[in-house]
Amino acid sequence: MLKIYITLVYFILLVTPIIGQQDTSVVQDAIYNRPFITSAFPVALGGYLEGNTNYFSEDGVSEGFSMEFRRFNIFLYSTIIPRVRFFAELEFEHGTEEIAIETAQVEFEFLQALVFRAGIIIVPIGAYNVNHDPPKYEFVERPLEATKIIPTTLSDIGFGFNGKIFWNNLLFTYDAYLVNGLNDGIILNDQGRTFLGSGKAEERFAEDNNGSPTFSGRLAVKSQKFGELGISYYRGIYNSFRIEGETVDAKRSIGIMAIDFNTKIEKLIIQGEFAVNSIEVPKNISEIFGTKQWGGYLDIVYPVIKANILGFDNSVINLAVRLERIDYNVGKFAETGKNIYDDINGLSFAISFRPAPGTVFRANYIHYWSRDVLGNPTVKTTGFQFGLTTYF
Amino acid sequence: MKGIIYILLLCTALLIAVSCSELLPPAPEPETVLAGPIEDLTPQQLRDHLIGDEQFGRIFGQKDGLGPIFVSNACESCHIGDGKGHPLTTLIRFGKYSGGIWDPMVEKGGPQLQNRSIAGYPPETVPGDATGVTRLMPPAVTGMGYLAAVPDAVILGLADPNDSNGDGISGVPNYIQPLDYFVPLPSHIPSNGRYIGRFGKKAGAIDLLQQIVTAYKEDMGITSDFDLQDNFNIQAGLTTGDFVDDPEVSAAIVNNVVFYVRTLKVPPRRNENDIDVIAGENLFNQINCSGCHIPSLVTGFSDVTALSNKVIYPYTDLLLHDMGSVLDDGYTEGTALTSEWRTAPLWGIGLAEDSQGGLPFYLHDGRVSTLEAAIGFHGGEASNSRDAFNNLSPGEKVQLIKFLKSL
Repeated sequence: MLKIYITLVYFILLVTPIIGQQDTSVVQDAIYNRPFITSAFPVALGGYLEGNTNYFSEDGVSEGFSMEFRRFNIFLYSTIIPRVRFFAELEFEHGTEEIAIETAQVEFEFLQALVFRAGIIIVPIGAYNVNHDPPKYEFVERPLEATKIIPTTLSDIGFGFNGKIFWNNLLFTYDAYLVNGLNDGIILNDQGRTFLGSGKAEERFAEDNNGSPTFSGRLAVKSQKFGELGISYYRGIYNSFRIEGETVDAKRSIGIMAIDFNTKIEKLIIQGEFAVNSIEVPKNISEIFGTKQWGGYLDIVYPVIKANILGFDNSVINLAVRLERIDYNVGKFAETGKNIYDDINGLSFAISFRPAPGTVFRANYIHYWSRDVLGNPTVKTTGFQFGLTTYF
Repeated sequence: MKGIIYILLLCTALLIAVSCSELLPPAPEPETVLAGPIEDLTPQQLRDHLIGDEQFGRIFGQKDGLGPIFVSNACESCHIGDGKGHPLTTLIRFGKYSGGIWDPMVEKGGPQLQNRSIAGYPPETVPGDATGVTRLMPPAVTGMGYLAAVPDAVILGLADPNDSNGDGISGVPNYIQPLDYFVPLPSHIPSNGRYIGRFGKKAGAIDLLQQIVTAYKEDMGITSDFDLQDNFNIQAGLTTGDFVDDPEVSAAIVNNVVFYVRTLKVPPRRNENDIDVIAGENLFNQINCSGCHIPSLVTGFSDVTALSNKVIYPYTDLLLHDMGSVLDDGYTEGTALTSEWRTAPLWGIGLAEDSQGGLPFYLHDGRVSTLEAAIGFHGGEASNSRDAFNNLSPGEKVQLIKFLKSL
């Protein structure tokens, strides 16, 4: 691991002279691409809130209409001295049901191509995890791939480097960090399946459960013409194989590989992500807790109207569609040789009204088709959601 | 422009108003699903049923007490949609005869194998000296409250241990030693301190409480107020391994699940007026399948009024029958012989594949996937009926199978 870091730093120093001053919006900048940071004060305070209504039905059974206050997040940003900056995000989910520090990081910008970051950081696995603020999207629900396969929002204690390198009208970005990593809850959890979200124990902010850091990195290239393409990787040992210095279990690793992209064709905005997880699981439970899972989504957004609407200058009305699929458990049953299912397909439609870029009213119609692990008759879930989310 | 906007907003509002019902998925036809409460429950009983439903679906993780050795992690995992199970969750039980006495091999982790375990903990294996090993496919759980409400007197009335009517069928009850938390009902008729078992492939459980407490412990490694002892892999010399305080579920939760299972509806019939189905039913009676698979029973008094004094059509006599050597796994429970199996209720059999991943698995161990093959494995007391089925014309066989599929 040390060799990788030395090589990376050496490479960055080598290419530094070709760095230009081109300004481009990229996924890597997502945490700073928020309106509140334009504050004139040395310390900026901002955030977003998100609420919505739900009306869902699963195979004809509905809980009726309900309202949900999803998130109230507070941002704090400070430029301590030039090129040294602090950023934090405090999240309140469903009122005070879950309160968490999502981010609390310090950055030292040695060069634009070499920025040291440390603290509680957003793990750069996939673009959605990095760039997940609700006001940026036309859909209330996050993509299944970005919640069930990659457990957005995945943040962790760690440190590492990131940077930008311009070359031949292309902007390359990189992120490379060591973090404590996910823990044992990935398997044998109350989800009954391999589920990375259950491996996000709060203790990871205090200590590693196994003394083996996890690597997470993302490389991306952006062209003004073709958009941005990123590939990210996450790998580490997740289980507590060592107690009091004694080895009590085999080491088991988790690996995530993700590819993301976003582009714009005329007015059409397209973005998507595809992720594959490979998880080492004890053989005797590997049919229930899968060793491989994958998911992907594609969002297509089309702004149909840009005008002064109801007195809001530069308002936009968007139409959007989302296609998605996840498979929690790729494999076959040993007993029967038949496929293990446990998958969901999704199709969602949205119409949104943005009176300002960071504020969106959105109406969604969602349809999920789910199959259980055996592939029994498909369960159809359909719902309507109406939501409001805004930066402040 | 404003006009367009208002039209769009209006369309959206109309979409909301109109489509909420039209664009939502319809419920499946009631006769195509096993899950659901029995009719005529009071609102309070329905509430309790739904609370039990939630617990039935609860998935246990390691932090909840799962294991350390187990077979599955939720009631629902073995009985998806309250239906039959799948080879993924087949239970394996073992034991041996020692000096003519059945030994469930408790000292080697018997009688049930826990073939899965929490991480870093060894699962059990079947001991090499076990002489009897059986695989038991989880049953559908619908209608069990009605079966529980059948008085012992009715079951004893169907018994014919000496085949006094000479039809080759000699059903006997399985008498089971009750566990310490068993509370007999007025309808229970003991014999030498034992009670008639009616649940499980060998009728090894007297009532639903025993069945469910045992399933929590043996299938999931979950302790309850009724049984505080976890299973550990004593084969590996381990007498601990679960660090969750006991009980891992309370008596209240167990009782909720018992109530849920008690109040599941009767498996629905389909196409019962179809000519072939009616003809198949006649053939079923004619070749005396109905000698063991008794079409109807009558429940007695129940504290749940909706279960009291009802005529039900489970197609079982709840008795043990010798099924011949081919189905003899050398394993037994209670007073049953190794070749004896409780007559499997046939209600709901037509919906088996909807909980088994589209491919049905019939017989106690799921060894076959067609009803014809399942009938072919019937031996012993069922030999005459099996032979009579084999002598039916192809068209008649189709009719009989259609009848079974309608159950």
